[in-house]
Amino acid sequence: MQEFVQNLIYGVETGAIYALIALGYTMVYGVLRLINFAHGDVYMIGAFVGFFACTQWLPFKDLSQHPEAATLNVLLAIVTLFLAMLICALLGIVIERFAYRPLRNGFRNADAHFWGFVAALPLTAFVGAMTTTKRQGAFLAVGVIVGFALRPAMAYLSKKIKPSSSRLNALITAIGVSLVLENGGINVFGADPKFIPDILPKRQISLLGIEFDSSRVVILIVAAVLMATLRYIVLYTRPGKAMRAISHDIDAAKLMGINTDRVIAFTFALGASLAGAGGFMVAAFTNIKVVPLFGLQPGLKAFVAAVLGGAGNIPGAALGGLIMGVVESLVASKYPQWRDAVAFILLIVILLVRPAGLLGKNTAEKV
Amino acid sequence: MRWILGRIGLFAVTCAVLLAVNRVVTDNIRVDIVSLLVLCGLYATLAVSLNLINGITGQFSIGHAGFYAVGAYVGGAWTMLMRPALEKSLPILHTGTQIGDHLNLLIALVLGTVCAGLTGLLVGLPSLRLRGDYLAIVTLGFGEVIRIVILNTDAVGGPRGFTPITELVNNHGIPLFWVYGLLVVVVLFSRNLLKSAQGLKFLAVREDEIAADAMGVNTTKVKVTAFVIGSAFAGAAGVLYAHCQTGITPDSFDMNTSIIITTMVVLGGTGSISGSLLAGMVLTALPELLRNDFIKEYRMVIFSTLLVVFMLTRPQGIFGHREIALPRFLRRLGKKGESTP
Repeated sequence: MQEFVQNLIYGVETGAIYALIALGYTMVYGVLRLINFAHGDVYMIGAFVGFFACTQWLPFKDLSQHPEAATLNVLLAIVTLFLAMLICALLGIVIERFAYRPLRNGFRNADAHFWGFVAALPLTAFVGAMTTTKRQGAFLAVGVIVGFALRPAMAYLSKKIKPSSSRLNALITAIGVSLVLENGGINVFGADPKFIPDILPKRQISLLGIEFDSSRVVILIVAAVLMATLRYIVLYTRPGKAMRAISHDIDAAKLMGINTDRVIAFTFALGASLAGAGGFMVAAFTNIKVVPLFGLQPGLKAFVAAVLGGAGNIPGAALGGLIMGVVESLVASKYPQWRDAVAFILLIVILLVRPAGLLGKNTAEKV
Repeated sequence: MRWILGRIGLFAVTCAVLLAVNRVVTDNIRVDIVSLLVLCGLYATLAVSLNLINGITGQFSIGHAGFYAVGAYVGGAWTMLMRPALEKSLPILHTGTQIGDHLNLLIALVLGTVCAGLTGLLVGLPSLRLRGDYLAIVTLGFGEVIRIVILNTDAVGGPRGFTPITELVNNHGIPLFWVYGLLVVVVLFSRNLLKSAQGLKFLAVREDEIAADAMGVNTTKVKVTAFVIGSAFAGAAGVLYAHCQTGITPDSFDMNTSIIITTMVVLGGTGSISGSLLAGMVLTALPELLRNDFIKEYRMVIFSTLLVVFMLTRPQGIFGHREIALPRFLRRLGKKGESTP
């Protein structure tokens, strides 16, 4: 019994993280009907921001040597949380602006400039790798020249490109962005595992004979606060109202004078910041190794959780995340080898019984 | 009668050409290039078979690696577990001779294809009730479940993998013959399907499912058929993969494999057989070609960046819905100078 309750608590904590990530998936799916596969990698970036903040950027103190610095560390941890959220939100906006918006509105001139330079990078890397490291000036010069040369070509191309409404296309683009982030992460951060040192005082809490870590409670509380904030934003603020309007009918929302592009960017920023917060907390409080593929499995499971609750439905995502976390934790305690399969089996069963997800509405198909 | 003779002749000529090419290539070309060619052929087969589901029938399956895995493991199980048991009573199954090797591979192929097709039926029947993104995520889920089930099955090695014979294929340089033979079969099958009345039903489901339903097309049956055929071909590719590699592990069939196959279909142009074929080959060869000393560290970033740029600048894929076909190409050459309507 005691073990069961303990696993239940672990499950709720894992579920809270899944819910945080799933919210980003479900909001984006709600407004754009797009599976944002790169979302799991935003979570990874959150973890890396946490790692760099805790080890290099911010003056965290080692608690084993300076036990009196606990208050300072708590304050800095809060700063780090907001930093991770901020950087991830910016990343979310950039991804939306340069990968998904060209797909939605057509490839414009401004996109041609950005992608011209991005496409120049591999070419530059090719040249740069052939020169020795001493000639980095030449390397840069070539990059700039190639970038400028590619810009008109891309701009010329952009006149011929029509916006695409294909779902498969959007999916592959999202997968491409995810691959860019993962492989870019391997190049930039290195593939070796990194660990965030203990930054908060750890305490074992004992309640009715059940023991658990204080850090898990921290994760739960922060996640709950973030979700409550999100609920407030979506239900009671103007951008939230606009988000709901877009999710209801994007064309009608445009006609009502809503700047849909800006609201969609806002949606991405919101979702990405939640994922960033989740990534930082998991990396900092559970001693898990931080690698560039950190977000792959949690991202996938969180997406499954979002579909489980009904894609596009915000309370559904939270519920789906919690169910997923609890079920996974309970199954993993008995049959650890089926840990990864249980998420998908649960999903398949639910979708076959309720094709729109737990809280999703069944919509009749119109001719 | 003449038609049948013609077909048999065509078949014989194709086999002879493949065998000759196989002999020339395996004798004269570096081993790593040959194995890259084998992989290119396998992925082209996978892409064309997924194109049947995603492109021609317009469904949204991204779990193709699961069926690939079923084929690979069933084929491996035949060669490693069942054949040795049957060999004593049936001496023809003895390996080491041309006939024995080919026969064994053929049996493995048939078994793998049938099992993968049946798995496709099992997966397809319930999940094809769903549409769009939901179908995608369920097929992805099934793909992962298949992989994890294999991972936890001790009889086929579990996480350590399963090591099928290599002597079977390495003795006479069989791989290229079978791999490209399978590719020819898949391409011809898809092409003939598209030209037939049955194929029109598939296209109708892609263009508008409700309208197709109203016109009397049994949409469920069409979708399940496409799914089963696509999975069966993936299974056949899996059998060949298992016999061309020194070993298979469940990791060879993870989600990334599924995703890369889907990418090939989209990149080639959904619905275009020649597009899938070409994209399958290029996408398999490209990361290897980028593997030179200068940029090998950055090759995956370059690959994925190019993928995004390509998707944004040419959303319809290389060919869109169109095909490149030799006769039309020749006709166009002949018509040069005339204005085309």
